[in-house]
Amino acid sequence: MIRYIFKRFLMMILTIWIIATLTFVLMNAIPGSPFNEERTSNEAVQENLERHFNLDEPPIVQYFAYLKSIVTFDFGPSIKKPNDTVNDLLARGFPISAELGIISIVVALFSGIALGVIAALRHNGFIDYLAMTIAVLGISIPNFVLATLLIQQLAVNTGIFPVATWQSPMHMILPTLALATGPMAIIARLTRSSMLEVLTQDYIKMARAKGLSPTKVVIKHALKNALMPVVTILGTLLAGILTGTFVIEKIFAIPGMGRYFVESINQRDYPVIMGTTVFYSAFLVFALFLVDIAYGILDPRIKLHKEERG
Amino acid sequence: MIPINKILEIRNLHVTFSTYGGEVKAVRGVDLDLHEGETLAIVGESGCGKSVTANSIMRLIPTPAGKISNGTIRFKGMDLAKATDKQMRNIRGVDISMIFQDPMTALNPTLTIGTQLTEGVRQHQNLSKKEAEQRAVEMMNLVGIPNPHERLKQYPHQFSGGMRQRIVIAIALIGEPDLLIADEPTTALDVTIQAQILELFETIQKETNVAIILITHDLGVVAKVADRINVMYAGKIIEAGTREEIFYQPKHPYTKGLLQSIPRLDQKGEKLLPIDGTPPDLFSPPVGCPFTARCPHAMVVCEKVYPLRHQPTDSHYADCWLYDERAHTTNLNPKKEEMT
Ligand SMILES: Nc1ncnc2c1ncn2[C@@H]1O[C@H](COP(=O)(O)OP(=O)(O)OP(=O)(O)O)[C@@H](O)[C@H]1O
Ligand SMILES: [Mg+2]
Repeated sequence: MIRYIFKRFLMMILTIWIIATLTFVLMNAIPGSPFNEERTSNEAVQENLERHFNLDEPPIVQYFAYLKSIVTFDFGPSIKKPNDTVNDLLARGFPISAELGIISIVVALFSGIALGVIAALRHNGFIDYLAMTIAVLGISIPNFVLATLLIQQLAVNTGIFPVATWQSPMHMILPTLALATGPMAIIARLTRSSMLEVLTQDYIKMARAKGLSPTKVVIKHALKNALMPVVTILGTLLAGILTGTFVIEKIFAIPGMGRYFVESINQRDYPVIMGTTVFYSAFLVFALFLVDIAYGILDPRIKLHKEERG
Repeated sequence: MIPINKILEIRNLHVTFSTYGGEVKAVRGVDLDLHEGETLAIVGESGCGKSVTANSIMRLIPTPAGKISNGTIRFKGMDLAKATDKQMRNIRGVDISMIFQDPMTALNPTLTIGTQLTEGVRQHQNLSKKEAEQRAVEMMNLVGIPNPHERLKQYPHQFSGGMRQRIVIAIALIGEPDLLIADEPTTALDVTIQAQILELFETIQKETNVAIILITHDLGVVAKVADRINVMYAGKIIEAGTREEIFYQPKHPYTKGLLQSIPRLDQKGEKLLPIDGTPPDLFSPPVGCPFTARCPHAMVVCEKVYPLRHQPTDSHYADCWLYDERAHTTNLNPKKEEMT
């Protein structure tokens, strides 16, 4: 297991490095990059920038300075917001985005799994059809459409929920719903089909033949196996939720990282773009690393695999 | 060994499955008796209803598609066909256990062997973890698994196929059942392991006096371990008798056909004769003898009326018209060739 984790960890570092390098190359390649053009109006900012990115040095030196800034977690100043560094923006925006993202993924996971399991146990029954109808709707409606619908129906028309912003738990419900429904639907469908398959396995029959109660059979014997595929796609879902936060934050005027990111692209605020890109990539890669470890814990076969080869 | 106490008595068991294509009549009036400490083999071609019969005893036929539509399954004074789910749970793993065909899939890949061995007794007998593990170790010794203490902590993928089948057997036996149903327990194993597992069955039976229902289509296996044999065809038991009776005095043409289709060491060079044709469709099984279409001795009556039971000895019967005194004697019963 230790070996497995260590390997995954090395892979993670490598991936982050590749992403950082790609970002650097791309940013250097696009015309209008701050590395070769005068684009800021503010002298002080310009000086800060030059110092931070070593703009007077050759690109290779810039590259290492840039890597150093990533390792030391210091992404430099923003071009458009003279008083803020990228770190300031991250510190302000990320906790809110993380809150939205984490609540959404937790909601999606629990409700999706519950829905999938119930549908599988009531296979071809009314609840199954109902759950799968909800799931198909959830998958086919994009989150921004759902967000608009929710605002229109539940906030503007009826006033049950506040229209926008991020303050009380009441404020969090609509954005979470909008963001979590899609992944929830995907998880529900996947859980259902994998649960249905697991339930036909011999070891389930064997568990029943031992005289175990139905609850024990489902939770102890079926669920753990049925959740493997769900864990596998968790990484993809996380990426989806992460990009989803950008859209949802924009729609609900939530002061998270998404807003700064979109603004920075519009305004070509390169340090912010680079900082957030690298930060988010690292975050996602780290999440995938955790998913891999979770998979290793769930499936005992993985450990041996690695030990045997290693 | 003279079996005395009857522990299982199945009468007129009917099991049907409703499918999109219609109703499959998988088991159509099975009678079966089993005595303490004896081994009964159920043999027959694929699809004849052996597994369905076995699963009915455990009440593990897949619902809602499958259902016991008629008949009784008497076990220790209770009718299992009508037992509640809760009653069944207290019987499974305690009074009756089951072993499945493929040991590679019968164990849960995500739980340790120890957990899978002990969870049954822990639930039924309220044993502590330690007591249950002690029992598990005893069981692993009984079925011949070395280093049981360490093995308990391992997962199924760390065992070979033969070892896994031993574990499956240990799981089945840990609750000290009176009846063990083994559905093709050696089919998925290679020949040497098969022999070992069969020997294990004999050892176990000597030590625990458990009654065994052994389902197989391997007559070689049957010859080794069975006390009595039931031959099944198209959802019915068409011949039943002791091992000697079935092997040396088979009555039903189907049984004879089966015996001719197995290789025999003492008759080298003799041609094997597979039975021509296929079993009937169980959506609309024939009213008469289901073997008529493939039977070399079929008569007119065979197709029309299900045979009366021919009973040469107390322990032996065959459902076949050939032994009726009217057979082949009158003009009413032309041979099949003339018929078609
Ligand atoms: N779940 C089910 N749904 C519909 N039909 C079924 C189901 N299970 C079994 N059957 C039908 O019941 C009949 C008997 O099946 P069974 O599994 O008992 O055969 P078997 O004698 O055990 O054969 P094998 O030697 O291949 O294991 C088959 O014709 C099969 O099509
Ligand atoms: Mg079978």
